[in-house]
Amino acid sequence: LAERTNLAGVRHILLVLSGKGGVGKSTLSTKLALALRSAGKKVGILDVDLCGPSIPRMLRVQDSAVHQCDSGWVPVFVGQDKAIALMSIGFLLERPDDAVVWRGPKKNALIKQFVTDVAWGDLDFLIVDTPPGTSDEHLSTVEALRPHQLLGAVLVTTPQ
Amino acid sequence: AEAAELRARLRAVRHTVLVLSGKGGVGKSTFSALLAHGLAADETKQVALLDIDICGPSIPKMMGLEGEQVHQSGSGWSPVYVEENLGVMSVGFLLSSPDDAVIWRGPKKNGLIKQFLRDVDWGEVDYLIVDTPPGTSDEHLSIVQYLSATHIDGAVIVTTPQEVSLQDVRKEINFCHKVKLPIIGVVENMSGFVCPKCKNESQIFPPTTGGAEKMCQNLNVSFLGKVPLDPQIGKSCDRGQSFLAEAPESPATLSYRNIIQRIQEYCEQRHLQEEKMM
Repeated sequence: LAERTNLAGVRHILLVLSGKGGVGKSTLSTKLALALRSAGKKVGILDVDLCGPSIPRMLRVQDSAVHQCDSGWVPVFVGQDKAIALMSIGFLLERPDDAVVWRGPKKNALIKQFVTDVAWGDLDFLIVDTPPGTSDEHLSTVEALRPHQLLGAVLVTTPQ
Repeated sequence: AEAAELRARLRAVRHTVLVLSGKGGVGKSTFSALLAHGLAADETKQVALLDIDICGPSIPKMMGLEGEQVHQSGSGWSPVYVEENLGVMSVGFLLSSPDDAVIWRGPKKNGLIKQFLRDVDWGEVDYLIVDTPPGTSDEHLSIVQYLSATHIDGAVIVTTPQEVSLQDVRKEINFCHKVKLPIIGVVENMSGFVCPKCKNESQIFPPTTGGAEKMCQNLNVSFLGKVPLDPQIGKSCDRGQSFLAEAPESPATLSYRNIIQRIQEYCEQRHLQEEKMM
């Protein structure tokens, strides 16, 4: 039930994927969120790259912390008008250089929590930024999002 | 018993070098391939290149071995040989089509990595180079765990100059400390571009926080060198050719060769130190 409540107000969910690392997924996710916000949309970003969370730094909130409320975690609000909602494991690290050295099952558990326990509120777009590859994070994210309607995936690459 | 099996198989490996990053797309596989070519230029050395990037295996293409298959013999899986003294193993060789996605969770990936170490008949090897995927997860934990059956000389960590990369690389450095993996040093790829026409240098990925050199100073880790951007590098990789052979005059080739030499010296020195202690 909590799951339905937290994502119930999200109109479109879109995944940014690649397969290849370092092609600009996080950069694109960030720019896309900012552009949609400029166009007057309510936007959220979910950063499920547990080993290399880049979004907080890209939006200059790498020193932020997250808080809990009754319906779960409160996202960090970023952007010029503080109206883009962001959740990333980057916010849960004690020190930014701490490595998240987790095997699949532990990563899967956190991703499930990220998807179901963040109080997103009403959003037009939720952009999900992913790490490179086709493994635990990707499977778990798609599984956890399955009850909800996914708009689709944007795939990013470089020319070579 | 499993550990004993791994120990037996890896007994004939003199030096093991892991190529890590934390960040994707910085040139780990490119570097691993060139390190392998560079070391194998000495025909008296036997070099093995193991690609444990199971979701995105780049090594077969970079080594010009796409479409090759792995053969089994009585003594185990046979690596695919580029040269007589340079053998390669990758999940890429096990796929029926290069576009097949390997969508495996951690435990299955770990199983394959163990098989690569246990069942591949590498023979006598002077240098085993292990190319890894980005991150600090199953593959990395497993390779360090399984290779504890032999010794790992150390890790070479690859980055690009910008802070977004360095931030992931600092985590990788902490990972190495956590699992007691010695760090041979850090390589900064894509470090500047010199136009072949006007000779002007541009920073395509500006080192806004001082780049890898400053990070190494701060973290007391060895800085192995900078490699400039050269469009020929990407082309050679796509064509499965050794960039060092295709562009011997490029400043990037000179950088790579210097770095490879430093890695060799590190490995040889460690060996001498160990012999002294014994």
